[in-house]
Amino acid sequence: MKYLDEYRDGTIARGLAAEIARRVTRPWVLMEICGGQTHTLMRFGIDEMLPPGIEMVHGPGCPVCVTSLETIDKAIEIASRPGVTLVSYGDMLRVPGSRTDLFHVRANGGDVRIVYSPTEALKIARANPLRQVVFFAVGFETTAPANAMAVWLAKREGLANFSMLASHVLVPPAMSALLGSPRNRVQGFIGPGHVCTVMGYHEYEQLIRKFRVPIVVGGFEPVDLLEAILMLVTQLEQGRAEVENQYVRSVSYAGNLPAQKILAEVFEVCDRKWRGIGGIPESGLNIRAEYAEFDADRIFHTEKLSAEESPDCISAEVLQGLKKPVDCTAFGVRCTPENPLGAPMVSSEGACAAYYRYRRHAVAGSGSR
Amino acid sequence: MCLAIPGKVLTSENRGGVRVGRVQFGGITRETCLDFVPEAQVGDYVIVHVGFAISRVDAEEAKKSFELLESMGLLQEELGPETEIS
Ligand code: SF4
Repeated sequence: MKYLDEYRDGTIARGLAAEIARRVTRPWVLMEICGGQTHTLMRFGIDEMLPPGIEMVHGPGCPVCVTSLETIDKAIEIASRPGVTLVSYGDMLRVPGSRTDLFHVRANGGDVRIVYSPTEALKIARANPLRQVVFFAVGFETTAPANAMAVWLAKREGLANFSMLASHVLVPPAMSALLGSPRNRVQGFIGPGHVCTVMGYHEYEQLIRKFRVPIVVGGFEPVDLLEAILMLVTQLEQGRAEVENQYVRSVSYAGNLPAQKILAEVFEVCDRKWRGIGGIPESGLNIRAEYAEFDADRIFHTEKLSAEESPDCISAEVLQGLKKPVDCTAFGVRCTPENPLGAPMVSSEGACAAYYRYRRHAVAGSGSR
Repeated sequence: MCLAIPGKVLTSENRGGVRVGRVQFGGITRETCLDFVPEAQVGDYVIVHVGFAISRVDAEEAKKSFELLESMGLLQEELGPETEIS
């Protein structure tokens, strides 16, 4: 890819880091929202290139991590029924529910399959007309339009054996919840570049008016993130709080209108419980009544299961940027990607998994103090 | 699963009212829904997420952004190696 090399260039990265160091006069706490950005930060050691005063904390932007335990348990319950084929994105299979995970349901004879695109879920439903194919659909605003399209296509072709267990989450309400918390430490945000590719960035102006915190929409390459950090630091040092767009090669102010249109057609905003964080008003997307026949939540009635998190897991604090994964006593010991205790250890975009992969050395040093 | 990757549009066709194309990512190609990027033509770069293109990567904007970054690189030369953060 033609442009990628320039965005990974080491000289430019060091130049940006030096410029950040030159502009910083006091400490700042910055949060990247998106798990993909967390992954890049850890992989390229960007947090370690920054001057000591700049602390990066990691946000809740990993859909695998924030899907509520109750919803995971519900997916597990549905997948265990005869005649049901449950399909989802790969990482969802390993997310621990309160008693088991989807992987074990499959090992015990359940028909659980991995898809890489919602269109594959439709293909499976077409090929298996005698089975109920339930697509366990999670994701932020980036993924939701593709998932919405699957429901729209299913309705258009009358695919009666297809339904969706929807657990979509929205970024701006989560940022609002973090900023509104009395424990908040975050002074500036790197906005989620692919969420904004779909939604644009006008929604963030409201957040800035309310909380006076700078937000720079950022990309995913090392140089993107360093540039976004530089833009944030510049705003903070100048006492400005504005929304700026670093990721101009993909993000426009208005976002992707065809994607927003299908979103609004199929989904509506709802309150949503986030794993580790709790209920956030108007922070999710559910299937509209017009598409009720494709809503697994309405088709399958499940007992209300009492769901409990592992007592060792501090993912609630990790997801709110209050603690680092290395602060967790289970990190790398009782909790590893092979045997995750909490959701942030599952997906490569989860903060705990990213630390495990690239910062395990930190356990012996800072984390165990 | 939230990653989105840039790729080059190789083909484009209308299949039952949905625009579908083959998109090349390095050595592999994948069938991709192009419905959300009506402006993207064969030969353009798009950013793809879960099998759906969500934006066309604007070559002009990419160049502008790159020039800015390049000027930052030059800035670093002026500052000299001792200001490097290891
Ligand atoms: S390391 Fe494991 S147990 Fe600790 S917070 Fe992360 S996911 Fe939870």
